Amino acid sequence: MGVQYKSFVVLGALLLVLPGMALAASKLTLDKADIDPLDKESLRRGAQYFANYCFNCHSIQFMRYSRIAKDLQLTEDEVSSMMIFTGAKVGDPMNVALLPDDAKRWFGTTPPDLSVVSRSRGVDWIYTYLRSFYRDDSRPWGVNNAVFKDVAMPHVLWELQGLQEAVYGSVTTPDGVEHKVIAGLNLVQKGQLAAKDYDAVVRDIVNFLAYVGEPTKNTRLALGKWVLIFLAMYFVVLVFLKKEYWKDIK
Amino acid sequence: MQNWWLISREWLDARFPVTQFWRDHLSHYYAPKNLNFWYFFGSLALMMLVIQLLTGIFLTMNYKPTADTAFASVEYIMRDVKWGWLIRYIHSSGASFFFIVVYLHMFRALLYGSYRGPRELLWVFGMFLFALLMAEAFMGYLLPWGQMSFWGAQVIISLFGAIPYIGSDLALWIRGDYVVADATLNRFFAFHVIAFPLVLIILVVFHLTALHKVGSNNPDGIEIKKHKNEKGIPIDGIPFHPYYTIKDMAGAVAFLFLFAVVIFYAPEMGGWFLEKDNFVPANPLKTPEHIAPLWYFTPFYAILRAVPDKFLGVMCMGASIAVLFLLPWLDRSPVKSIRYKGWIFRTALALFTVSFIGLAYLGTVPATPLATRFSQLFSILYFAFFLLMPFYSRWDKCKEPPDRVTK
Repeated sequence: MGVQYKSFVVLGALLLVLPGMALAASKLTLDKADIDPLDKESLRRGAQYFANYCFNCHSIQFMRYSRIAKDLQLTEDEVSSMMIFTGAKVGDPMNVALLPDDAKRWFGTTPPDLSVVSRSRGVDWIYTYLRSFYRDDSRPWGVNNAVFKDVAMPHVLWELQGLQEAVYGSVTTPDGVEHKVIAGLNLVQKGQLAAKDYDAVVRDIVNFLAYVGEPTKNTRLALGKWVLIFLAMYFVVLVFLKKEYWKDIK
Repeated sequence: MQNWWLISREWLDARFPVTQFWRDHLSHYYAPKNLNFWYFFGSLALMMLVIQLLTGIFLTMNYKPTADTAFASVEYIMRDVKWGWLIRYIHSSGASFFFIVVYLHMFRALLYGSYRGPRELLWVFGMFLFALLMAEAFMGYLLPWGQMSFWGAQVIISLFGAIPYIGSDLALWIRGDYVVADATLNRFFAFHVIAFPLVLIILVVFHLTALHKVGSNNPDGIEIKKHKNEKGIPIDGIPFHPYYTIKDMAGAVAFLFLFAVVIFYAPEMGGWFLEKDNFVPANPLKTPEHIAPLWYFTPFYAILRAVPDKFLGVMCMGASIAVLFLLPWLDRSPVKSIRYKGWIFRTALALFTVSFIGLAYLGTVPATPLATRFSQLFSILYFAFFLLMPFYSRWDKCKEPPDRVTK
């Protein structure tokens, strides 16, 4: 027994070391998006911003206009006038008029569909990404991004945010090599919004994209507790029933 | 009413042995009365199989197995199909829960020596089930046609390419194309929804037939059939129905509670059950930064990566599963249950358990030199548990098991 215990301790300690190796591989810390999926106002604002700033290039093809109307408690006419710029009907999937070949010519790549981007990248990533554009005259659109290096996307929200410049610092890796890294971003040209208000706009967009990523999420969470309550009560009944049946087994 | 029931049962029994079957496998099938917590996982595995089959049927109704439509059809199920999201999450989380249950079920056999004679075939059928379940899960994982589906399949199928002479042709034959492509998706779909489930069901029938022939082992690792009363019924046995049906129902509901917590509150399980990269459609031109199989394959994947030579690595991975089949003949201990085995076996099992979990973890992280060293250490311990068993199980100082089952 003693040996068994000791080997557990030693190997347990080894297992504790392992996660450190994974941490060393991760890079940059992301800001928390801190969205509220139940905030319908925020989702409606997010839909509006998305329509105005993103939806010319980025489709959300697995989403339908009518679904947004239903879930965000808007009328179909409201959604139509807010979001439909093509000849689409309200029951259609949300595609863009931009042709992939044109996109390739203009941006160098096709803007990705954003239906499930909140699930592949995560909400914190999108939140940080949209706030991390900085001036870089070597890039075709004059901006680069601290989260997504050499991204092909222009800073479409620059009028709102203004323009940032990168502040560089240096990091020395364990092998003694010094690297130039972005230490922070400084606002050098004011936009229409204060930093706090700009963050709020981005948060609404991220909230909307999170909703688009999984429109059934609120249903799922709401239903979950009833299922759990039922199973818990059923379990109690079964435990008593089992006790009753097993009374005579010694 | 009573009369009507009797007449129809007689009518049935004269044509089809319903009552006989009920008696043989439930009401007069005797199981040891001391089965504990670990014995829930057999019936839970059966329940998971049924859940996966049922949800799978409904998913098949809306899923479209072509490279152009697969990803979109899954999202269609998640959004436009009524309750599609629930069925899909049950199926996707169900795969992981199935493996959790099966691993615990196998661990139970290690604890109490359930693989020992006369249950060797029962264990071997179970191992075939395990191997087939891995194939079933692997092929199912390609179907959503996300980045991880694609690249996971690409990596695993390319392993066959490491076999000398026939390797690259074999890999080509499996894929049906030079890379994982539409042809691969189509055949994996056929295997996932028809071929493997059929064989799984047949093997479950074999597994249960073998079990009901020899009877359940128990935590004491002794045979209850040694002591029978004048009617030939084991004294320490109780009818499976109603005793274990009611007990297993309680266990099943407790299990479903945990299952529901994941389905409703964490269907992605932080990327462990549904990987982030799998929400990006498969792109043959863009390799993800880090390709890792789903968690239930990672112990074997870590063994593969621990070996510097690719072909030897594939062989070791294969051997790590093959060696499990031999377990009944490797254990030379005079007793079955860990309760009466000595410190050597206990230490060996503890080391094995830690190695297995360690390998499972290491299979998920990038292969840094340090991680590889640990993988090699754990791989050696993994194989040592089995290959040295004929020796240490004989040297071990065991206690005398009791004559009758204990609490």
